[in-house]
This record gives sequence, structure tokens and C-alpha cells, in this order.
Amino acid sequence: MTDYREMWAELGLDLEKHDALLQALSSMYGSIILSQDNRPKAMDYFDFVIGEIHGLRVQELMDHRSKGGKVVGLYCVFVPEDLIMAAGAIPVGLCAGTQFSVPDAEEVLPRNTCALIKSSFGFKLGRTCPYLQASDFVVGETTCDGKKKMYEILGEYHPTYVMEVPQKKTPLGRELFLDELRGLKERLEQETGVTITAERLAEATSLVDGKRRALQRLHNARKARPAPISGLDALLVTQIAFYDDVARFTEKVNALCDELEGRIVGGEGPFPADAPRVLLSGCPMAIPNWKLHRVIEDSGAVVVGEESCVGTRYFGNLTGKNDGTLEGQLRAIADRQLETHCACFTPNDERLEDILELASGWAADGVVHYALQFCHTYANEAVKVERTLARENIPLLRIETDYSDEDVGQLKTRVDAFLEMIRR
Amino acid sequence: MTYAGLDIGSRTIALVELDERPEGFVIVDTGPNPLQRCRRLLRGKAYQRLVATGYGRGLVAPVFAADSISEITAYAVGARHLYPDCRTVIDVGGQDCKVTLLSDSGEVQKFEMNDRCAAGTGRFLEVMARVLELEIGELGDHALSAKDTVRINSLCTVFAESEVVSLIARGANCQAIALGLHEAIATRVAALARRVGPRERVVFAGGGALNPCLQRLLSRKLSVELTVPDRPQAVGALGAALIARGRTRSDGADPGGPPPI
Repeated sequence: MTDYREMWAELGLDLEKHDALLQALSSMYGSIILSQDNRPKAMDYFDFVIGEIHGLRVQELMDHRSKGGKVVGLYCVFVPEDLIMAAGAIPVGLCAGTQFSVPDAEEVLPRNTCALIKSSFGFKLGRTCPYLQASDFVVGETTCDGKKKMYEILGEYHPTYVMEVPQKKTPLGRELFLDELRGLKERLEQETGVTITAERLAEATSLVDGKRRALQRLHNARKARPAPISGLDALLVTQIAFYDDVARFTEKVNALCDELEGRIVGGEGPFPADAPRVLLSGCPMAIPNWKLHRVIEDSGAVVVGEESCVGTRYFGNLTGKNDGTLEGQLRAIADRQLETHCACFTPNDERLEDILELASGWAADGVVHYALQFCHTYANEAVKVERTLARENIPLLRIETDYSDEDVGQLKTRVDAFLEMIRR
Repeated sequence: MTYAGLDIGSRTIALVELDERPEGFVIVDTGPNPLQRCRRLLRGKAYQRLVATGYGRGLVAPVFAADSISEITAYAVGARHLYPDCRTVIDVGGQDCKVTLLSDSGEVQKFEMNDRCAAGTGRFLEVMARVLELEIGELGDHALSAKDTVRINSLCTVFAESEVVSLIARGANCQAIALGLHEAIATRVAALARRVGPRERVVFAGGGALNPCLQRLLSRKLSVELTVPDRPQAVGALGAALIARGRTRSDGADPGGPPPI
């Protein structure tokens, strides 16, 4: 393995703490991901990417920077990757998924803040995320009050730009978002010295749409019974989508899908055909948050889909066709974003329809709703999800948890009982 | 030819042996090494089938070649066996609290369980009994003898403990504090129960059901009569034993469902 210590030191990482993080990650990866039975061969690439999680990809970003390119960090599906790419910059989803960085964050942020926010911020404070260190600036958003305020504080430690995401999917909301896209475009042009043209943006959008299409193909493969891939592996692939090179990633996901489609023909999969099928819905799960998938799949069920920002809300819609002008393309991006049914919107009944459609299309025996503790938008929206599913007689298990392992025993009891209930 | 159910809870381990009818019943403290306790409990025993439930089921089941079932299903099966018209099970255990709604035919229809912490559980009462220098078995009667009550605002075991300490420092009466603590936990359990919409008959089980004050308050808050079995802490082990017997008879074809009793 290449020694990246010099690069990490140059990035200002806390090397000792970072070693501990990588060690913890590697042991988790071994016991949770690599220990699964009957994994697709094409997962090798994604295992390699995780093996190099703070190595090769960071090196690529550094090479890009040494040639004068910029790196832009982000935490949310509302930040348009294609716009960033059109400025010749590389967008990268930042570390936000582990308890490891939470204690660091709690030195500054209130404890009663969701784990995702604390984890993100803790990576800066503890200097343990090379992607954040390597980013020229971060683009935050206003998808919840906690993040909104955290970005203000993050801005004291790292260059941060916040774009506003509207709260309603109205024409006015759309105009607001469009204006925010124009603002981000300007800022990107200032930072990179590159003028974003219609051609550049069209090319970037088409690349990102290609990635979304590949992920849709993976998602569709999971309709099969037996599912050709575990929920853990599919989730892992989606997680990697946020920081890997777009073109390479797309090619590798398509190669994985070729294999999965073969498996479907042969009726092959990591779980038997009669394993209960679970749809997951709710908060995003950033690397290495595999906690709930693991509990569910350890209990013998298979997760067949994620109605989540690290799931269908990320790749479900394409930007698609538009009039080809720069303004028209920005409009298409805004339109697409307003069809991303995040709980930050009110009302957000389209999300309920999405969940019903996924539950029936993917033949889910039940839905597990996952809310991070202190995530008020998803935790409250869970009430409507519960009522909607009850009307359709679809069993639902509501989970509220965080990144720590202290409640795994309780989670297992609830998941086991839920599966015993739907197995009948 | 016997069957057994072993419920490895956070505070106690219960073993129920079963042939045509329940034959043996043992309950011991879980302690720091539940596996060792179970070994001692099962020494020299041979069952046609053993089913483990409770927190320790994953730890214990592989060692004794036992099957495992969640305590939610186990309590449902046990309660239904004791009371065939049971539609709701409230289980206040050592570290959590569960309310389960059963269908007409006894299947688990819906359940709720406390999140993450020990709020509203037996552990909460244990910690508070210690602060008041009472045995856990005395706490309920002590509370019932109160002439008035105080309001305990915090349901977090840690915060409630400091709240109780400050109430003591202000000279509040010990019985009133005890009653206030029971009010707090009963409110919490009743809220959980309302989420599933309890139907009668409501069986109150788990170690918490041994507490007479909790019985009374919970019954009042839910406006229902609660049925408390003779050994409420053993209902899960009984359910597991019944599942062991049922599985054998039905060739294990239906691991989740209630046994043909």
C-alpha cells in the first residue's frame, strides 16, 4: 500500500487520530461488509475504493489542485454537482457518518444536535477528514436549522458558502432556488477563474445524469426476487457515488449491474428468495454508517431499497432535456431539485407517494423508517409516513437512533420482532 | 421429552420447562456473565428443543444450540397462552418497556418500544429506589402510602436522579417523591401504550408488573383493568418454551407464529 502520510501531514491532518479512525474503519469494513456471503465479484472495485478511502482518491484531488483545479466539499444532494464540475472543479461529498468525530464536535456544538451535523463538524475540529482538508471551500445549504447554524460556525474554521434551499415547492420557491444557483455559479466562477458556459454545463450534467442512470439500474436490479445484491453492498455503492470520480464510478456501477442482471437470470443472490424484503426510508446514511442495514440483514431480511438522500433522492430524477441555454439548464437543475422530496419541504406529500410506489414496486414486506435522533424534519414526517402506510396495510417500524452502538441490542430486538411479524 | 424457554433479560434470567404443561420455573439475576449463569442453569439438562429470548439471546443461543426469538413475540405467545382473550401486552422490563397489540387470533399486530435509554423502565425505578435507600420490592408500597405527590419533570434516569436529590435537599417527603417517580414512569408507559391503541384484555408483565403502585397508576391512566400474571417476569420464558414445543410439532415451518397450544 502506498504511504500517504506525507500527503496527510501536508493536509494538516491529526495523524495519530486519523490512524485510529482508519483502523476503526478497516475493522468495521471487515466485519460488516467483507464478511457477507456470496457478494458480487464486481464489488471488488468498491472494496478497493474503500481500502483507499483516504488515499488514492485524495491523491487524485491533490493532483487536480496542483494543476490549478479546485475542490468543492458538500454535504447534501441539493448542492448541484454538475454546476461545480462545469467550473472545472471536483465536487466531493464530505465525511459525516461516524461516531468517531462526534466527541470532537461536542466540544463546541450542543449535544442535542443530530449525529450527522456533529460528525461533519467534528471532522473539521479533529482534523480527520482529508476531503474536507483538501477542499478549497464547502458549499452548505439550509435544509435544516441545525446544519444552517453549524455552517456559520464551520465558516470560522474553513471557507464556507451557504446556498438557500426553499421550504416550499412553489413557483416562488423555484425562483428562489434558481437565484441561488445563479449565485453559486458566480461564486464558482470567482473561485476557479473559469466561465461556466452552456456547453460546459451540458457536458457536466450529462456526466452526472449518466451516474444517476447507472445507480437507477442498480436500484432496479434490486426488484428481483431473490435480490441479486445485499442492501449493505448497494448502500455502499451509493455512498461511494458522492466522492468517486464520476466517469470511472459510472463505468464500474454499470459493470456491477451487468453481473447483477446475470445473477437475476440465474436466480442467484446473497439471501434466499423467501427472505423478508425491507424498504428503508428516511435520513441519509453517510460512510461508514451501515448500522441499521447490518442489523436488518443480520436478522435474515434483505434491504431492497433506500428512500433516502443516499438512495433514491440522490439518483431518482435526471436533469434531462432542456433548451440548451445556460439559463434553461439552470432552470432544469432547479426543477429537478424541487422534485427531490426531502423532509425539509412543506408540504411534502410527494414523498409519501414515493414510499408507497417503492414499497409496491420493490415488493417490500415492510418499511423501516430511519430518523436520526434530533432530526426534527424526518422524525416528525415519520408520523405522516406511519399513517399513510397504515392505510395501505404496509407494516412499518419506526427507528430513531444515532451513530453510536449503545442501542444496537434494542434495535435488534425491534427489528427481530418486526421481521417475526412480517414473516407470517 | 421436554421443551424449555430461556429469557436472558438485562436484569434476570428466567427458565421455563414445559411438557404438556409448564413444569419447572427458575429465575436468577443476570449478573455480569450471563453465559456462565445459563451454563449453570442448564447443567445436566437435555431438552428436545430450547428457545432463547431476551437481550442475551444472540449470545446464548449458539452455545446451547437453541433457536432464538425476540422477547416481543415471546411475551405475546406467553401472555396469550395464560389468557386466551389477551389483546395487549405491556412489558416493563429491566432496561426497556414494550407495548404489543395482538390480533384476534393472537398474532403480533403492532408494537412500540422505548428508544435508546432507560426512561420508563425497571432500571429507572431501581436507580431511584437506591437514591431513596429502599429495596426495589418496597418502593411501590412506599409510594402508595404517600399523602401527596411531587412532580418529577425529567424522565431521563440520570437527570431524574439529580432532580430527586435536589427534591430531598429541599425537604420533600420521601413517599411523595416515590409517588412522583411512579407517576412519571406510568405517564411514559401509558403514552407508549396509547401509540398502539390498547385493547382489552391488557396483560401487564415483566418485572415492573410486580410493582403495585405502577399497576394502579397505569390502570388508572389507561382506564383499563390490567391483568397481572402470577409470575409476570416469566411470561417471556414461558412464551419461548411454548414456541419450542410448537416448532417441534410443526417441524419448525412457522418460526414466527404462535404455537398450536
